[in-house]
Amino acid sequence: MAATQLLVGTRKGAWIYRSDAARKAWSVQGPIFLGHIVNHLVLDPRDGKTLLMAASTGHLGPTIFRSVDGGATWTEAERPPAFPKVENGRGPARSVDHSFWLEPGHPSEPGVWWAGTSPPGLFRSADGGATWDGVAGFNDHPMYWKWCPEDGGTPDGALLNQIQIDPRDPRHMYIATSTAGVFESHDQGAGWAPLNQGVEASFLPDPYPEYGQDAHYIALAPTMPDRLWQQNHCGIYRLDRPAERWDRIGEAMPKEIGDIGFTIVPHPRAADTAWVFPMDGTEVWPRTSPDGKPAVYRTRDAGASWERQDRGFPTEQGWFTVKRQAFCADKAASVGLYLGTTGGELWMSDDEGQAWRPIAAHLPEIYSVSAAPLP
Amino acid sequence: MIAVFIPSQLTSYTDGVSRLTAAGGSIEAVLDDLDRRFPGLKFRVVDEQDRIRRHMRIFKNGDRAQDVRAAVGEGDEVLIFGALSGG
Repeated sequence: MAATQLLVGTRKGAWIYRSDAARKAWSVQGPIFLGHIVNHLVLDPRDGKTLLMAASTGHLGPTIFRSVDGGATWTEAERPPAFPKVENGRGPARSVDHSFWLEPGHPSEPGVWWAGTSPPGLFRSADGGATWDGVAGFNDHPMYWKWCPEDGGTPDGALLNQIQIDPRDPRHMYIATSTAGVFESHDQGAGWAPLNQGVEASFLPDPYPEYGQDAHYIALAPTMPDRLWQQNHCGIYRLDRPAERWDRIGEAMPKEIGDIGFTIVPHPRAADTAWVFPMDGTEVWPRTSPDGKPAVYRTRDAGASWERQDRGFPTEQGWFTVKRQAFCADKAASVGLYLGTTGGELWMSDDEGQAWRPIAAHLPEIYSVSAAPLP
Repeated sequence: MIAVFIPSQLTSYTDGVSRLTAAGGSIEAVLDDLDRRFPGLKFRVVDEQDRIRRHMRIFKNGDRAQDVRAAVGEGDEVLIFGALSGG
């Protein structure tokens, strides 16, 4: 059975798409929280039913909603992620603008969730997302203001945009930021060190700094978690631990396409396989499909070579932008791939990227798409 | 008691009620009272540094409040609005 649910977060609400066993027919539930900015909507793989949603609105402050009935009803976090109040003007006063990334904790820690915010902050919940506490090891690190300067960041603000947990060891974590690149912790967040050797920051005077890179997306190879894939602002990289120097595997991409993008999706089983969705990073950085011809690129040899997969996509005038959380895979025998565009289109492939077809159109700007098996 | 106007953005917390009363000697105390009755409401209006959120507006008797520490008293009116916030 490959029946799949797609959890879609958009700039104006959330939708859930559910497929039949063949992943041919899709039903839709939504809008959920119409008008709310939904940066991430994630299913807890440990119980297969709990959904967490990172939400805010144009007016209202950020919060987390939780559902245990497939999105029919929701409860709000009692204490959403928030920085400590600064008393007497001692130090910069941070406030969470929005939660950007939600990560279920290690399988050995049911009820634990992690959140990354803008401005960059790492938060942890031990009660299924009801209450959240800041992780001082990052948020109050002596280097925090060097790593996360107040004027840094994306048009939507500086981000702690990803959290990855080693499936073999809950203490071993990686995070990605838009202001300082990738960090690693061996003690569940108490201490952090930059992990950016070999990663370019072409927008800084020193293009290969210890930190300062814009790590758009990192992913661990599920069956080989010592392998990290990274789609950076400045290229596609791979790192096989315990090495500390990333290899720019995007150098093998066609020069006319380049290796700029927001996201990278590892194969759920084949550790040498991953997909990217390249975007135009030339001149003024349009961040649209190069030449208006959308395509994903797949490597099956750990980045030594890439093949274009564009069957079914528009062959011209297709100016797609696919954001960080908006490209994902399921775990079916023939892997399904799903991507959402800022133009509100939802696309899928059920044959590992060889052919693509639309599932939905006319949605608001899509921020996130995550896939999970239907119970 | 303080008369309070709740904007549409927050009526999901108040069972659809937009006009109600609250107790407190400052705008912050009024918000705290509302938050006790409607958990989560305050943080949507005021951030963790007690700053009024950028696209929210609070008025006391018609005058815009910049600080939640502003005093209010018996018979005052506190109006909460969602301001312009983009399309």
